[in-house]
Amino acid sequence: MSAIRKKKKAFVAQGDCVACGCCVKVCPLGAIQIVKGIMARVNMDKCVGCGKCAKECPASVIEIREVIA
Amino acid sequence: MKKHWYDYLWIVSLTYLILGFFNILFAWLGLFCFFIPLIISVTKGTKGYCNRYCGRGQLFGLLGGRFGLSRRKDIPKWMKSKWFRYGFLVFFFAMFFVMLWNTYLVFAEAQDLRQAVTLLWTFKLPWQWAYHGTLFHPGVAQFAFGFYSVMLTSTVLGLITMVLFKPRSWCVYCPMGTMTQLICKVRNGKA
Repeated sequence: MSAIRKKKKAFVAQGDCVACGCCVKVCPLGAIQIVKGIMARVNMDKCVGCGKCAKECPASVIEIREVIA
Repeated sequence: MKKHWYDYLWIVSLTYLILGFFNILFAWLGLFCFFIPLIISVTKGTKGYCNRYCGRGQLFGLLGGRFGLSRRKDIPKWMKSKWFRYGFLVFFFAMFFVMLWNTYLVFAEAQDLRQAVTLLWTFKLPWQWAYHGTLFHPGVAQFAFGFYSVMLTSTVLGLITMVLFKPRSWCVYCPMGTMTQLICKVRNGKA
């Protein structure tokens, strides 16, 4: 039996995102980018769920969730 | 993380605010903060100004972050709602046109130059020490007083929300940010 592996990832509530780019600046892995000046998008392959972006986001629209790897 | 030249633009923003205490005519330079974000959003379809170059945002980030002058609490839900953001944009625009109208009245010589800075659209602060005459029309100075009022008011509001919520809370309801995001949405076909 293989154990279920869980990983933490950042999720952006894109409808409420103001595309300020604060999250991009603090991400140590360069895993976030602002798409077309509209909202932030997380690259799930790079994100390790450290939570720095969630802490920084002035609108608090980023959430760290556990997902099944 | 590697620092770029544009990570120091907060120095420019701070200098701008200080210069307004010495000679109000420097306020005209603030037009860069209006035109550059608009030009970037219209020509490139990005919020490059907010994302990289906004010195005001950097200043809040520095004061609230490194200097710890922020409670780092979540901003209330209503402040990030579309109603509030777009409402504030409309209000800001309306106040901007009132300012332009007052400038026009001085140019048209229907009104005298008022050497005052209006804080939060209400409080008239005497500011005559920063006015040493102008080579041009007094209307040029009236615009400077009006424009500096806009810049100082937004800084004060930004500082208040920086202390109460997260450092760059201003970015959530910044009228320029809302407007450039709207331009990007229209330009990139997401509106």
